[in-house]
Amino acid sequence: MMRPLVCLALVAASSLVAAQDTELNPADLLKPLSDSWPTYSGDYTGRRYSALTQITPANVKNLTLAWTTRLAAGPGGPVAPVPFGPRPPDIIVGGVGDNEFVGATTVKGAILSVNGVLYVTAPDNVWALDAHDGHLLWRYFWRTRGGTHIGNRGAAMWRNYLFFVTPDDFLISLDARTGKERWHKEIANFNQQYFLTSAPVVVDNHVIVGTGNDLDSPGYLSSFDPESGDLQWKFYTVPVNPGDPGLETWKDLDAARNGGGHPWLPGAYDPETRLYIFGTGNPTPAYMSAPRGEGMDNLYTCAIVAVHVDTGKMAWYFQTSPHEMHDWDSAQTPILVDGTIDGKPRKLVVTASRNGYYFTIDRRTGERLVTSQFSGTVNWAKGLNAKGQPVRDPAKDHHVGGALVSSANGGATNWPPAAFSPDTGLLYVPTAENYAMYYLTELDPRGAMGLGGKEEVGVGGGGSYISAIDYKTGTTVWKHRFRTAVGDGRGGPGLLVTAGRLLFGGDVSGNFVAFDPASGRPLWHARLAANVSNAPQTYLVGGKQHVLVAAGDTLYAFALY
Amino acid sequence: MRYIHLIALAALVSSSLAASAQQPPAGGRGRIGGAGIGAYPTREPGDPAVVERGRNIYGTNCAFCHGADTRGGASGPSLLRSAIVLDDKGGELIGQVVQAGRSDRGMPKFPLSNDQIADLATFLHSFAVNGYDSSRQRPATIVVGNAAAGEAVFKTKCASCHSPTGDLQGLATRVPDPRTLQQGWLMPGSTAGRGGGPMPARARPPTVTVTLPSGQKFEGELERVDDFVVALRTADGGRRAFRTTDGTKVDVKDPLIAHRELLPTYTDAEIHNVTAFLVTLK
Repeated sequence: MMRPLVCLALVAASSLVAAQDTELNPADLLKPLSDSWPTYSGDYTGRRYSALTQITPANVKNLTLAWTTRLAAGPGGPVAPVPFGPRPPDIIVGGVGDNEFVGATTVKGAILSVNGVLYVTAPDNVWALDAHDGHLLWRYFWRTRGGTHIGNRGAAMWRNYLFFVTPDDFLISLDARTGKERWHKEIANFNQQYFLTSAPVVVDNHVIVGTGNDLDSPGYLSSFDPESGDLQWKFYTVPVNPGDPGLETWKDLDAARNGGGHPWLPGAYDPETRLYIFGTGNPTPAYMSAPRGEGMDNLYTCAIVAVHVDTGKMAWYFQTSPHEMHDWDSAQTPILVDGTIDGKPRKLVVTASRNGYYFTIDRRTGERLVTSQFSGTVNWAKGLNAKGQPVRDPAKDHHVGGALVSSANGGATNWPPAAFSPDTGLLYVPTAENYAMYYLTELDPRGAMGLGGKEEVGVGGGGSYISAIDYKTGTTVWKHRFRTAVGDGRGGPGLLVTAGRLLFGGDVSGNFVAFDPASGRPLWHARLAANVSNAPQTYLVGGKQHVLVAAGDTLYAFALY
Repeated sequence: MRYIHLIALAALVSSSLAASAQQPPAGGRGRIGGAGIGAYPTREPGDPAVVERGRNIYGTNCAFCHGADTRGGASGPSLLRSAIVLDDKGGELIGQVVQAGRSDRGMPKFPLSNDQIADLATFLHSFAVNGYDSSRQRPATIVVGNAAAGEAVFKTKCASCHSPTGDLQGLATRVPDPRTLQQGWLMPGSTAGRGGGPMPARARPPTVTVTLPSGQKFEGELERVDDFVVALRTADGGRRAFRTTDGTKVDVKDPLIAHRELLPTYTDAEIHNVTAFLVTLK
């Protein structure tokens, strides 16, 4: 009976000591990525380019394991009985549901690193670890109502508060010092089959997060007050009311308001213009043209969209897949680049889209400057139109007898984040080249809901790559093909690039690899217990640069000693 | 416990409800594994007699605009994915629309009683709604090509390795499902997909020649290869593995390379025609 009291007293004492140490000033998020990793992409640019330089091509051969930690999810105890050592901290349980997610724990998101503490998430779970050695500080578990438990992209932080979302449609705020819940707010409609996976992004006093849904409900981005959780604004990615802009690009209002377009990954933020720039998902029903209006653009699905961070009002958009037909989202986190085009300095945003095309866009105006095809196999488009958008070939939507389409449903790239190095001027993109047969299985002219109406059977046939794309021209400067027994063309995990002139990523065979960012040549590797499942990150603690990566339920941190 | 109870209940009523209440099919991504719960709210099956009363009310008053199956018709939207229907519990939201009408969208009032609205709601809620919508009007076959044209394509693209009277004799008897057969000839060993028949024999594995910096060579069946290590099985049953980062050369011979290289060259019509030809090889 005494023991819990003692534990609580200890927690209280340590939280007092740590109180000032954990806090993240929102202004620190404006700094270029260096010692910490305080937001989804490390900083607002989305570049995943760290200023840390301890680890270099010259010394990377000495990179060694600093620590590893296996994350225990769910309401139960540790992964395995611990025969020696201290008892792990008690789990903090929240939730309004009466179900417990017991699926495999896979870290598919960013791990925040702030003031020596790491904050890790998986669906319904948050862990706080010491960044020195990965030992557990606290963990939080959410009992769920249900929802699609496909992944969680990470937490966001504002002062001493953490924010993350759940598959059953809650935004939850925790006290970062203790893991205790501050509040939970239902921010999407569970009955309408929304689910939430994105990492929220904090900008000043805004906590911004987007939706997910596999039925036909409309996508939206919303912004919340970090103290109270009160809604500040909501931006729908498709028209939902008569007179909304973009309605003329849908068959009718009912089609538009069932049109999807979910912004299910975090965006980038440009402090100069106060624009939050993000990508939107596919229109729905995903594989059905007629219900959406044959050949109509279906705005603002599959687009890069900029909204004012204080109001949620749209400043510009550029649609990367008009009338998209293969569930290939353009939701990938866009990347801000300060570059030079035709000899003139330009403020740019770049994206490599799931549809196999790369785009350079002026981030102040939305003017498209460059389009290129970075996948060597995509065959769904007839070419580019005058706006630089790929033009859909309806014959490659699907067919009763099967249409041979590249890419398969996963697309040429997907959520695993790309990285950009200002040193090389190259965008590094996890790339898959493959084919699938797309069979139309629904002859009802009204089509199907959601992702129904077609069945897809993969035929492989390609390979898995990292593509290095020149933002000025869209040219692929180098392409590293991961050697595998056969080219089944799975996509690889996300990427990190550093001022130490290293590109870190995982291959499709369980290796964690450091590459030369100029050539793609592997310089160092270690085989982990599973394939890398997120994007590598880096942080400084105890004077040492650590490179942190997740493989399933296990974290690995590497450093030089 | 609750789950088991629901399953039992569902089993008891499923035969009588089969015509109206589609049980939610398995499917979707990232479902809660092993916890015995579906991803989204599922409604407890309604009393079949009430569902039937609701169906009659719907058929009389609603079906001509919203379709007999509630998926929408010439002048009314699908009710199946409607936010109002999804949010409705027992007619309280549906009733507001039905009894008041939607004059702005051309929907008249329907003076149904609250009991009738409750019956109607039970009928509307008897349909499963999910994003992995199962097809209702499936094509009878995937064979849509011309066999004679397919034979001509076969002669130019396939006949250097395969023969209808040799290795492919009786192919369509061995692989009776045309979609499985089509996937199999496009890429032997590729998955059959849902609902496919048994797969033909697995493709032969790749072989590999490993040449060490010394010039020494090892050959065998490829076990595994990545950018750093190669492993093979030799003809005598032994197993060898090598690090390849020191200049060791790896030469993988993929027996399916011709299939892979042909993929970008096919038109869909050629694929359909070849399949139409191959299904005749009984």
